[in-house]
Amino acid sequence: MSRKPDPRKSDPGSELNARTTGHQWDGIEEWDNPMPRWWLWTFYATIVWALIYVILYPAWPLITGATPGLLGFSTRANVAAEIERFEAANAPIRARLVAADLETVTQDPELVSFANNAGAAVFRSHCSQCHGSGAAGVSAKGYPNLLDDDWIWGGEMSAIHTTITHGIRNTTDPDARFSQMPAFGRDELLEPAQIEAVAQHVLAISGQDHDAALATEGAAIFAENCASCHGDEGKGNRDVGAPNLTDAIWLYGGDKDAITYQIVNARGGVMPNWNARLSEADIRSVAIYVHGLGGGE
Amino acid sequence: MAFLDRHKVIETHATLLLVLSFLVVTIGGLVQIVPLFYLQNTIESVEGMRPYTPLELAGRDIYIREGCYVCHSQMIRPMRDEVERYGHYSLAAESQYDHPFQWGSKRTGPDLARVGNRYSDDWHVAHLTNPQSVVPESVMPKYGYLATRHVDGKYIADIMATHRMVGVPYTDDMIANARADFAAQADPDGDTSGVTDRYGEKVNLRNFDLAPGVTEMDALIAYLQVLGTLVDFSTYTPVASR
Repeated sequence: MSRKPDPRKSDPGSELNARTTGHQWDGIEEWDNPMPRWWLWTFYATIVWALIYVILYPAWPLITGATPGLLGFSTRANVAAEIERFEAANAPIRARLVAADLETVTQDPELVSFANNAGAAVFRSHCSQCHGSGAAGVSAKGYPNLLDDDWIWGGEMSAIHTTITHGIRNTTDPDARFSQMPAFGRDELLEPAQIEAVAQHVLAISGQDHDAALATEGAAIFAENCASCHGDEGKGNRDVGAPNLTDAIWLYGGDKDAITYQIVNARGGVMPNWNARLSEADIRSVAIYVHGLGGGE
Repeated sequence: MAFLDRHKVIETHATLLLVLSFLVVTIGGLVQIVPLFYLQNTIESVEGMRPYTPLELAGRDIYIREGCYVCHSQMIRPMRDEVERYGHYSLAAESQYDHPFQWGSKRTGPDLARVGNRYSDDWHVAHLTNPQSVVPESVMPKYGYLATRHVDGKYIADIMATHRMVGVPYTDDMIANARADFAAQADPDGDTSGVTDRYGEKVNLRNFDLAPGVTEMDALIAYLQVLGTLVDFSTYTPVASR
């Protein structure tokens, strides 16, 4: 395709040649070609739009504040209004949930359905980082599995509710659940040989392979040092968050090394008090959700 | 339009063109920027904000050094979904002692503006050491080496003095005791009264990484645990027109 010849070149007398800016530098002239109309009108339209926008929306910064604009637009007011709208929509059922008796709430299918949905959302954004997105916890890392029926601080609805509300061993809520196992090895409360014996006893009561002689020796040490919290039979005590040592469910692992490490160092998990971040209705929702995961009592 | 024809004078004198262009750009810049220095509403008055403690400030520098901001923002936007997930939307006052601020616009990981007190120190140690050990779905890299790198706060007073130059209200007392406070915050068995005198009773005083000595892990967790926890929202009333 050949380019169309410029009429101004072929005809020096063309009237088009008159359309120059009149500027001349060393004999070089400057065309004064008009902007395309569509471009020019778009340009004018943007100027008009800018004027309208400045009048309607917050725009000019002044000394004490920006001009608010006729529409009174504000992102903060918008988010407040939107939250308000959803809260208003949920207010009746949330009020019912807060007023409900925790022990009988599971008999109200409407409340349970609402709480399971709301609780699942709360769980995903606030609980899953430690307890896992499937609530199975982190095995042997101290983040309990919430799906099983083994509860450290109690699996009744009210116990779960208290745990979520006040947390465990945190420093921000004076009502947090608190207990501290002594670090029998680190603080030299027991000799290494005694710890070995107690570990064998714990292996014995949890039905694992063990050294029977050492375990018998460990039983006496256990009765003296451990039974006050974990119970004479090692079944645990939920009042002080002492786990059951006779089952196959372990917070920090159940093999001999893990048990020994725990007796030596006495780790204990920390959980935040969610009353600082979540509303009572949200806490109850997630309590009902967790209770319903399979292990609730 | 004889006046408009005079622009030839400007167009044919390069220096004059340069000077006048500069003037125009200066005026445009001043109109946009200067009012912000006087706008009372860019930083709302809130209760509870304080400058970072020396240990937190060191942690903040580690946060920046490791490029945490590349994947984590620190600004909760005023939108319902963000407020529901992360907490109250961020206020300008909450980054007033951040130089530079860590707002960011890229979220590969979650927003961290209110991560303080949300997880236990234990969790942070486990998570920074091996994120997938507690959050299997995570794509975060491992930062376990932070636990083995000891820091002594040798330059922390200089860093604080630099922050003071750009407007952070560190007192002479704070800067003089920077190194002592640096060590004291992570050593709850020592004398921590100096830290609480200077930075308030609510300062987190504990051995953050649960291991002896002050490591980069201590500093980073001290920083993470204070994020978004300072402002007392019980005394804060949002002004919708802002």
